[in-house]
This record gives sequence, C-alpha cells and structure tokens, in this order.
Amino acid sequence: MQSFDLIIIGSGPGGYVAAIRAAQLGKKVALVEKENLGGVCLNWGCIPTKALLRSAEIYHLMHRLEDFGLGAKDVTFDLKKIVARSRAVATQLSQGIAHLLKKNKVTVIKGHGKLLGQKKVQVGDETLTAPHIILATGARPRILAGLEPDGKFVWTSKEAMIPEEFPKKLLIVGSGAIGMEFASFYNTFGSDVTVVELQPRILPVEDEEISALARKAFEKKGMKILTGSTVKTLEKGSKTVKAIIETAGKTHEITVDRVIVAIGIQANTETLGLENTKIKVEKGHIKVNPWSETDEPGVYAIGDLTGAPWLAHKASHEGIICVEKIAGLKGLHPLLPQNIPGCTYSLPQIASVGLTEASAKAKGLKIRVGSFPYKGNGKAIALGEDDGLIKTIFDANTGELLGAHMIGAEVTELIQGYTLAKTLETTEVELMHTVFPHPTLSEMMHEATLAAFDRVIHF
Amino acid sequence: MPIKILMPALSPTMTEGNLVKWHKKEGDSVKSGDLIAEIETDKATMEVEAVDEGVIGKILIPEASENVKVNATIAVLLEKGESLADLEGFITTDTPVVKEVILEVTPVEVTPESPTVVNSSSRIFATPLAKRIAGDRGLNLAHITGSGPQGRIVKEDVLAHTPGRSAAVISGPSPFQDKPVSTMRKVIGKRLTESKQTVPHFYLTIDCAIDALMQIRKSLNENLPNTKLTVNDFVVKAVGMALQEVPAANAIWMGDTIRYFTHADVSIAVALDEGLITPIVRSVNLKNLGALSSEIKGLVQKAKEGKLKPEEFQGGAFTISNLGMYGIQQFGAIINPPQACILAVGAGIQKPVAVDGTIDVATLMTCTLSVDHRVVDGSIGATFLAAFKKYMENPALMLVGE
Repeated sequence: MQSFDLIIIGSGPGGYVAAIRAAQLGKKVALVEKENLGGVCLNWGCIPTKALLRSAEIYHLMHRLEDFGLGAKDVTFDLKKIVARSRAVATQLSQGIAHLLKKNKVTVIKGHGKLLGQKKVQVGDETLTAPHIILATGARPRILAGLEPDGKFVWTSKEAMIPEEFPKKLLIVGSGAIGMEFASFYNTFGSDVTVVELQPRILPVEDEEISALARKAFEKKGMKILTGSTVKTLEKGSKTVKAIIETAGKTHEITVDRVIVAIGIQANTETLGLENTKIKVEKGHIKVNPWSETDEPGVYAIGDLTGAPWLAHKASHEGIICVEKIAGLKGLHPLLPQNIPGCTYSLPQIASVGLTEASAKAKGLKIRVGSFPYKGNGKAIALGEDDGLIKTIFDANTGELLGAHMIGAEVTELIQGYTLAKTLETTEVELMHTVFPHPTLSEMMHEATLAAFDRVIHF
Repeated sequence: MPIKILMPALSPTMTEGNLVKWHKKEGDSVKSGDLIAEIETDKATMEVEAVDEGVIGKILIPEASENVKVNATIAVLLEKGESLADLEGFITTDTPVVKEVILEVTPVEVTPESPTVVNSSSRIFATPLAKRIAGDRGLNLAHITGSGPQGRIVKEDVLAHTPGRSAAVISGPSPFQDKPVSTMRKVIGKRLTESKQTVPHFYLTIDCAIDALMQIRKSLNENLPNTKLTVNDFVVKAVGMALQEVPAANAIWMGDTIRYFTHADVSIAVALDEGLITPIVRSVNLKNLGALSSEIKGLVQKAKEGKLKPEEFQGGAFTISNLGMYGIQQFGAIINPPQACILAVGAGIQKPVAVDGTIDVATLMTCTLSVDHRVVDGSIGATFLAAFKKYMENPALMLVGE
C-alpha cells in the first residue's frame, strides 16, 4: 500500500492545479486520472472549443475583408483541419500538464480512483492511503429524458467538438455559454442554427440588458432563437431529426440534421465510492463547507463536483485554497462567488463578474449603474468592432463595484480588470484614478465607471 | 566638522513636532546616551538622547517651539577640539550634512486618548472599500484586525467588527468616536455657557400638591373624547396665568432696558436626538387648556421633525423644562437668555405630608425657578412661584381664568 500526504482524484483544472500547489508546499502527492490529464476543460471543453472559435472568428473576418480594404479569392475552409488543429491544441496542453506534474514530482496514477473509507483510495489493484483526499472528478453533460445523445443525430459537447461535416440545419438545446459558443461556431460556418431556451431569455445568468443585446447580435447573424420554449420530443428519421418544440403552450416542429444538447452538467459522483464514507450528495452535488470539506473528515471536494458556477477557474482556486488550508497556511479566505468572472467566447463575446443589475436591486442595494458603448471608443472603431457595451454597477453608499457586464470584442480579456478591482476591494475612486492606456478597448472600462457617477467623457 | 542635531521623526508618518524642553544648554558637554531634549507630537512625547560625544555649540530651536519640521537642524554639536569659531558659516551656508546624527528616541508617555497604540505599525493596511466603510461608520481602523493578505483589513473585517471587542482594546484605552459638533450643539454650547457665566442665577424651589389637578385631569380626559391633557399642559397654563398675575416676572434682559410683555409667551424645552429646542406657545393666558394641549402637541411634533419655523422657536419670555417623566424629583435649569426665568419641573411623587398635626399622603411636584437677578428680584420670583403654586393646587381656577 503506497502512502502519500495527499491523494487527488481527477486531473482537471481543479485536480492538477491542487496537485502542483500541494507539491510546492512540500507534500507528497498522488494524482489519479483515468483518462487524459487536464480533464474536460483541457481535452473536451474550454481549450479545444477556443481553438474552433478562433477558426470561426478568422473565417468571419475573411468575409469582412472589404471593410478593411483587403480582398482574397476562394475563401474556403477544411473542417478536418479545423478539428485537427483543435485536437492538436488539446494534446499539446495535456502533454504540458504531464510535464508540469513531473517537474513538481507529483505521482500520476492511471486508473479509476475509488474511496474505500479510512483514508484509503483504490485504483485498479492498488490501494493508496493519505490523511487527506481531494475529490476533483468534475462533471459530464446533463442528460434529459427524450433528448438522450446517441452520438449520431443527438450530440453532447464532445461530439459537437469533432464534427465530420457541418450540419445544414442544427438545433441547439440550451443557451448557456456552451450552447451559445457552439451556436456561434456552426452559424459562422453556414449551419442554419436554431437555439431553444427554457428561460425567457438567452444566457440567463447574465445581466438582462447584456442578454438582450446578445440576442439581437445573434439574430442579426441569422440564428433563430426560441426562448420560453422546450423541446418535447425528437423523432429520428434516417437522415434527419424532427423536433417538436413547445413555445407558450403551442407546439411546432422543425426538421434538423443534428441536435446539440447543452442544458447544463451533472457531477461525476456515482462511482467514487461515496457509500464507504459519510459524504452527502445534495441535488446531485457533493455537500461541502466553504473550505471544500465534505462530511467525511480528511476528504474534500472541489470544482464542478460541488456545484455552480461550473467554471475551470473556480475549480483551480478551490483546489489551491483547499490545499493551503490542509498545509495550515494562515490568512486564507474561502473563494468569494461574487469575485469569480464568467466568460462566453461566442461571437460577440460576453463576460461578467459580480451581481447583475436585477440581483443587486433584489438584494435591496442602492446602486449606481454606468454603461459605455463600443461606438464611443476609438480603438473599437479602428478595429472595426464597434458593436458592444460595458456596464458597471456600484453600491451607491459605499462605492463598491458590485458587478460588471460586457458584450463585444475581446471582453473575455477585459473582465479581469474589474475582477482585480473587486478582489482588491477598490471603490469607484481608484478606478477613476487608474490610467487606462489610449487607445485601447479598456478605456471603456474607465468610461463605464465614470458613467455610473455621471462623469462620462466620450459619450 | 560640527555635527548637526536634527529633529527626529517619532513615527514614519510624523512630519513635524514640538520641541518641548532642552535638557542641555549651549556649552554643556554631552556623551552618547545623555538625555538632551524632549519632543512631542499629538500622539506621544519622546526623550531625545545623544549618539555622539561633544559640546552643544549652538541651540537653533529654542524650547517650547511648535511645529518643528522633521530633519530641521535643532542644534549643532562641536566635536573635540572644535570651537564656536568652527560654526562660522556652517549653520548659515547650505553645506550638505556630512554626518547626520541619528537620534535614539525612547517613548516616555503615550497620551491616553491616542488610539494608535493598538496597532504597533503606524501604517494601517486596508482596502479602499474597507477604509470607505469604516469611515462612514466612524470606526477606527487601528482597532480592526485584518484578515486579508499580510493582515490587510478587508470589507468583511470592517463589517464583522463590533467596537470594543478587540482584545487589544480591552487592555488599552477605550475606543472612541469623534463626531463633528453640529451647528445646534455649537449654539447650545455657546448660549448656555454665556448664560451660566454671565447671568447672575438664583434658585427658588417650591412643592405643589397636585392631587386635585390629577383628579380634574382624569375627569376631563374621561369626558373629552378627543383631548388628552397632560400634566405639562396644566403647568404651561399655570405659568401663563401666574405671569399675568405677576407681570414683573414676564420680562427679558435687553442690556440697557428690560422688556415687559403683555401676554405670556411660554417656551417649552423639547429634547431632540442631537440637542434640544424651545418652541413657543404664544399668549398662553388667552388660550383654554384644550387649545393649549393640541397646540403644544403640534409644536412638539414639528420640533422633533425639525420643521419649526424660526418665529416658532425664537423669542418667548419664560421657559419650562420638565424632566418629571424621567422620574427626576428636582433640578436647577440654566436660564435661556435673554429670558429671565426658567422653571424646572420634577415628577409628581406621593409623599407623606403633615396636615394639621396628622400625617397625610399627597402627590407633590417640586418646581425650581432659576431667575436672572438683573431682571427679577427674589421677592418677585417668590411671588410668581406662589401664584403658580396656587393655580397648580387649585386647578379649577385654570378653567375659569382669562
């Protein structure tokens, strides 16, 4: 029986980051992984989709060449190569993680890890033991009765990432980040995309104003968006699928070539051996306290296993905090949900951190709201990307930045500025005093702050 | 080369301080460790010790100097073999300091009101938001323990902070809050200080048996559905009628003249959160109890809402201050200038009294009149109080009065 200071099950962005941090703190770490290092994020999520969307973005720009005084003949694409590039990027990064783990002397153990209780983990024929065990097995696409993926007509994100050809007509169920990123990708390459969303608006976790602007932008690109709607049944034919959709009590049908189901995710709790422990599962997620401690002493759970937001960076940070707590470091704080940014890499991009205008109001806070449009920003106009908006929400009493919401070019790169401001607890004063370089898109972040206090300069 | 003795900084944030005392004079020789001077800031007094050996050549900043800049040359030390002649041109020219004396300072006293003793380092690390919220709530960041990186104070620490709970504070001086003095407090402070210092007060105390008054009040309140007369309403009415009866007490001091009023304009002290104000019931003598009662109610309400117009609280000839509802038996009030009298009304309390040789029980209300002797003499004040007592003890007179 091998013994370690810490065993981590799952090598996604939660697990491998926790493993490296623990190694830095002098711990002897075992990292158990049954598939590729890097988990869904790296192999079948965040990273490969960004590669696909980059191809889409360039292809989209090539159709706008004239706007920039350029021209090209025979603008084409090769889907095989697009997908191959995406896979190569994932492979490269997965190998990079193997290297990082080796460098940090983390013992990687291939196989399925299962809790045996009494601080023991079984992997294949081997039994490992450690005083601390972190569960980081992530999640998989959620499956809904009637919309079960079949790998042929009905896809999850995984199949949608490696298409052999572009479907002429595509139905996407769910308008969260995953749904809208695939919608953008397929729409750009010419698929006729219909998005069905149960909620009254798309990207339901985003600020209402941003959500409305996003809908307008997607519809302008030719997507069909059905909100307040559900897919009742899918009738599969030999080559196509007939979808019965209900909107406001009325049913209608559309025929599509493929369906992508992106209605959330489900935590991988089933084969972890939780029955050998006191760990509780509530609403499909492992119950933990703010320090990621489960009901079984010495066993922790991080990332998607423990609930929303289902984001790689949330998992990584929980992993680091969890490990530092185990190592007895001082001055630690649990992760603050309101300081975790969220990004959607659709075309246009959407990014946000903190409270939406509606949620701030619902909390009874007195707020000041500012917004600044891309049309008022020199760099945006020079880039030919003058569609978008940056919005800020401040506490009128304390000047606390409660939330920031963005739609437009490169907002996923901009949001960290506000995240930093929130983490450092700046008020509007420090943001106003910050010098934003000219000409950049980031100047809009300054203007949106000024706007909240009726001091906007360029609009 | 002579050595400059510089004004030391007692803390990294200190920019200037006071040179309180020189322990050495010019010509005294000093050696390392000798006490040479005392300096102070608003926070602490420190003793300054010499580091080098030599003779005090020249004292440039005399003792009891205030606001001496840190690093200013306060004296010059002559080394062995140097004489005053070596100072020639040394002090006046801008010769760069060749050798600076770093003075060793020992704290000797920390003034009790200094809050900074709690936090040993003088710079307090706090996020901008934490600073803003602490400022808004009047909390002293020095009393808050930071939980952020390197002990930085974050929003949560401020929100979780209850003044006085910090362990460091328990052994040190009590935490406090400095609030700016409001305009109202300034006015109260100025006027009452002036009154107490310049008005020759004297005090007359009398007991009023108010059993009959309580009886008639009870009966009136039971029979008048829309009226609820208070004891104070009767006091106001009695004062108004007594002022009519003794007009010499219905007067104010004008410096060169004394003004006597025809009607009884009576001010009533109303406590507010931030101080007090005295709305005026005009011509009390002309109004019946019911009308007075509702007028007083209205004025008190307006006073508490801060809606009194200037003419509703400026003027008046006589003030009533009633602390009876707090159970106060007796007190002496400060005259509200330029008025000449203020009546301090205590609580009505049942007490044993001797009546015709037997012990009886009566409800007594003790009233003390503070009088400005420049305006009202003892006999007039006494006559007024006797008239007041007559109305209070025979309340039916108030129902038929003018």
